[in-house]
Amino acid sequence: MPDKKILMGGNIAIAEGAILAGCHAYFGYPITPQNEILEHMSKRMSEEGRVFVQTESELAAINMVYGAAASGCRAMTSTSSPGFSLQQEGISYMSGSELPGVIVNVMRGGPGLGNIGGAQGDYFQATKGGGHGDYKVITLAPASVQEMMDLTMLAFDLADKYRNPVIVLADGFLGQAMEPVVIRKAVTALPEKKWAVSGTKGRQKNIINSFEMDPAAFPGRVKVLLDKFDRMQKDEVRFEDINLEDASIALIAYGSASRAALTAMNLARSKGIKVGLLRPVTLFPFPYNAIKKLANKIDRFIVAELSAGQLIEDVRIAAGTEMKIDLVARYGGAPMTAEDIIEAIEKAM
Amino acid sequence: MTGLESLKTESTLYSKPESLADRATHYCAGCGHGIVQRLIAEVVDELNIFDRAICVSSIGCTVTSYNYFNFDGLESAHGRAPAVATAIKRCHPNLVPFTIQGDGDLASIGVAEIVHVCARGENLTIIFVNNAIYGMTGGQMAPTTLIDMYSTSTPGGRKPDTSGYPIRMSEMLSTLDGPAYISRVSLHNPANIRRAKKAIKLAFKTQLAGLGLSLVEILSPCPVNWKMDPVKALEFVAGKMTQQYPLGEFKISDAAALLKKDL
Repeated sequence: MPDKKILMGGNIAIAEGAILAGCHAYFGYPITPQNEILEHMSKRMSEEGRVFVQTESELAAINMVYGAAASGCRAMTSTSSPGFSLQQEGISYMSGSELPGVIVNVMRGGPGLGNIGGAQGDYFQATKGGGHGDYKVITLAPASVQEMMDLTMLAFDLADKYRNPVIVLADGFLGQAMEPVVIRKAVTALPEKKWAVSGTKGRQKNIINSFEMDPAAFPGRVKVLLDKFDRMQKDEVRFEDINLEDASIALIAYGSASRAALTAMNLARSKGIKVGLLRPVTLFPFPYNAIKKLANKIDRFIVAELSAGQLIEDVRIAAGTEMKIDLVARYGGAPMTAEDIIEAIEKAM
Repeated sequence: MTGLESLKTESTLYSKPESLADRATHYCAGCGHGIVQRLIAEVVDELNIFDRAICVSSIGCTVTSYNYFNFDGLESAHGRAPAVATAIKRCHPNLVPFTIQGDGDLASIGVAEIVHVCARGENLTIIFVNNAIYGMTGGQMAPTTLIDMYSTSTPGGRKPDTSGYPIRMSEMLSTLDGPAYISRVSLHNPANIRRAKKAIKLAFKTQLAGLGLSLVEILSPCPVNWKMDPVKALEFVAGKMTQQYPLGEFKISDAAALLKKDL
């Protein structure tokens, strides 16, 4: 029997994915376009006998995730771009203190208060550290409602695997989208966390911190983190490639922009233009090697992003300075259509 | 051989609490923070909550207070300790988290967090050490610095027209419905230190009884940054600070008041 599918909104799929993954505590503050996550969790977490707190700010929310994670629980917050800026402090502390946790950013147009339309303008902030200090955070980019659920579940596993926060980087268009979803099996076995601050019964005390009083000792602690980020780059790169075997043009896009790119690719193929698509699923670690290899056999990249030239910088790093790379950018909360990308493809011919 | 090895004592009147780590602290001579840590350790021992207590440190001179206890502890970002403690308590109602926060942490950068932890009436304990100065960063004006008091950022003394007025946090927070117990105590002499310990113990007992938020504000000397000798600093607490920050209970629920009888 085929898996039963349920029509579900993108934001709801994130919330349900978190519950399936064993998220014990959710903390959030209202901000559009992710309010459905907060509202859904307010009902579902109490049904499940788990923890829900509507916080006084996004700052409080991320610090509650920090506290819940430190005490050994799976925890999540969700926000949108301006709130994500506020959470950078807490994400830096979590990475520095080696705490797992999931941060969902359903991006909207920026800078500033910007616009509530979907956007991808927080790419740099998510993938390059975002807060202070030398750290990185695995960043997962769903492109469908199914992936909103699946990647949220994966985020919890990766967070525990590396003891580091993980970001689910979605956008307002995906958050509001309705699509059929296969409900996954609930996670039943959660990893043991002997390092957690959960009371000293039967053991020596545990301390969770990022602070190092001794300046000579601190570089060594940072190196432990850096080695972890290297392992992520080596082991956790995920991407989808479609029709790249014979392609002369490769589209690079993630999230809802990749949906427009997929339609554009199919339209171009129907006109006999050999176009393929590489869709990064992890934005950090970025698929540098895959794009580098591709650069040796195709004529041109076209990067399509809902930001004004952020993703393209990583493509440029991978492909080299000589490679032809065009940019299709929609920003400020404006949607992207397949026609926008077709135009760029035809211009490149 | 000193000959003292065989000396037997009739009874032990004073010893290091088991919850207090056997190590030097980073606190300056004459500072009150070490006394606060000891009082907390004594209370944790007496209430037999060693294996459930969680020290939520904050930023400032309290930063490594988790190092001076033998039970679990963690760091929190500047001002955010009440949020961190909230999550720990909600996730593990059996644990006994408490924050230790200075006046810069609690009364300036962490105002939103302290107001809302009180508004929610979270069942946890806040230990608020008020020494009217930013100690760790070298003596700048704090939200609790007294009018005309010297600091490195008010070299001519704090003037209301440019630097505003000191904040009475305990009084402000007592207007909220959430807290079960809020009191202000002082460390300026042994009698007051004993009262401070009773307040800390009542605060923890309030949490253990599940009665809601408990907060103890402790007036504490900072001789180094006040540029006074330790005795003068204690006199300053007794004289000037208690005028601005009167000692006493600002809020106590009927249920919390009942816990006083077996302190």
